Amino acid sequence: MLVVNFLLLAAVLFCIGVYGVIARRNAVLVLMSIELILNSVNLNLIAFSLMHGSVDGQVFALYVIAVAAAEVGVGLAMVLMIYRNRRSIALDELSEMKG
Amino acid sequence: MFLSFASTLLAQSSDWIAPTIDWHALAPELVLVAGINIVLFLDLSLEASKKWAMATITGFVLLGAFIPVVTLAVIGDGTRSMFDGRYVVDDYALILKALFLLVGYVVVLMSQTELEEGGYYQGEFYVLLLSSVLGMVMMASARDLVSIFIALELLSIPAYMMAAWRKRDEKSNEAGIKYYLLGVFASAILLYGMSLLYGATGSTLLTDIGAALSDGDLIGLEVVAVVFVIAGFAFKISAVPFHSWAPDTYEGAPTPVTAFFSVATKAAGFVALMTIIFIAFPGADDVYEPMIWVMAVLTMTVGNVMALRQTNIVRMLAYSSISQGGFILMALAFAGSPDATGAALNAVIVYLLVYAFMNLGAFAVVIAVSRKTHSGEISSFGGLFSYAPGLAVAMTVFFASLAGIPPFAGWFAKFNAFRAVLDAGTTSAYVMAAIAAVNTVIAAAYYMRVLRVVWVEDVPDGDTSPVNPPAPVVAALVITVIGTIVLGVFPDLVARFGDIDSLTGAFGG
Repeated sequence: MLVVNFLLLAAVLFCIGVYGVIARRNAVLVLMSIELILNSVNLNLIAFSLMHGSVDGQVFALYVIAVAAAEVGVGLAMVLMIYRNRRSIALDELSEMKG
Repeated sequence: MFLSFASTLLAQSSDWIAPTIDWHALAPELVLVAGINIVLFLDLSLEASKKWAMATITGFVLLGAFIPVVTLAVIGDGTRSMFDGRYVVDDYALILKALFLLVGYVVVLMSQTELEEGGYYQGEFYVLLLSSVLGMVMMASARDLVSIFIALELLSIPAYMMAAWRKRDEKSNEAGIKYYLLGVFASAILLYGMSLLYGATGSTLLTDIGAALSDGDLIGLEVVAVVFVIAGFAFKISAVPFHSWAPDTYEGAPTPVTAFFSVATKAAGFVALMTIIFIAFPGADDVYEPMIWVMAVLTMTVGNVMALRQTNIVRMLAYSSISQGGFILMALAFAGSPDATGAALNAVIVYLLVYAFMNLGAFAVVIAVSRKTHSGEISSFGGLFSYAPGLAVAMTVFFASLAGIPPFAGWFAKFNAFRAVLDAGTTSAYVMAAIAAVNTVIAAAYYMRVLRVVWVEDVPDGDTSPVNPPAPVVAALVITVIGTIVLGVFPDLVARFGDIDSLTGAFGG
């Protein structure tokens, strides 16, 4: 059925997102990878909503979109704050604390 | 297909009726919402010299939200369920709401002086603190994937900002961004699990999910969904192997915020995990029990071993809080065993209540002492007894309680957790209890090491002037010391909390 295609696309997006979070060292790229995961969640929710014929999944997806926007707002502010203090947003240089 | 879907939508919209709202049951949340707005707008109009009033107002808001919790408990006319059972106020929710409000109040007391003296943004801080507490209070009642997700984000997003509160300090920056990135990543993983759960069961309501998962064998999709949801919450409760953010965030964040994270956000994560496990996952115990078993063993062992080698007290408390999380998790690993179900819920709730007092108290002592020594090293506590005997005794109470020594409350929490594990009566339960017993000894070693420095060693720089902790910190210390001792001597006060009956819908009941 059609739903399987959506789910496969979502799974691929999810994997790309997880890879990006793990492999990238630029904070903005990590943020974008997390957005990819959230979008794969939205695709999943809407595909399942279609499959079950209920609106729950679409309502959930709307909440996810709204919360993701709030999260990115906070995240970009934090990246900016770090850039002001260090002139760099490379995550592997953030190692003030060890042990 | 799309036409039929559109007609389904229309059919659903036509028979929509406004939900009946139980205002009394929602009163704690409503007081907090009103309080957030009051603090926010007062902060705009108040001049800088009067900003100290913000802490007092925030304290009153939290106490004000406490009143409806008490009246609801006193009236006690059973479960109040709203929105088709998606938001439920039962005894379980009330106990946890009271816990979160109390923790919020103590954290306000602890942060007041630190914020005033540091010249940080006071009004904004309290707005964020109240928002985070609101998220936790909602989490206690949330019984639907959507409301759990919203509550989780409402409590997490302000917490990310509070971790980075000293914005010119690179350590605080690092604490904030690490907490943020791993927290958001965890939320994303959790959401993916939730979306699969919705797909496999066709509902976001926990009781419906529970019924669907109990119905026959689990299919692959359901197994993956359960694993992802548990892994997502494991980040929030800093369970090993998802704990890497915790020590750095705890060390870099301002100390009162660290106290808040190690007690309140962690407890909120456990609350969500408990609600989901007991209501939605009774049919999936084959999947989550081994997973939580492994996580609990790793969490308590790794947390303890790492805590042994720390020289910074906040970092040591961070690892200690990870390992205490392992003890809380230990009971949940047997939540599905018929003999241990009730004891497991009771053990987790009692542990959360007791742990809140003793851990907040430990951080209050650290705040009071480091105001004078300006150091977080354990060696800077040398000879504390000679110049601040009161603080030294308080510290002994908290650390002995964390180590589980009677008559302080920690022993009862540990006793309850062990009892729940042994009630399960399986081989894996006995192995778990043995590992936990060894870990209790390791934990006692590093708590006692700190106490030895406090009581036996000399003052490092010979400065024996008195500490003079500010009045709010003293108040926080008094509350936590009394809590730790009273709960240890009269454990019956909390032992009845968290019966399986108090959680509506647990195991289909």
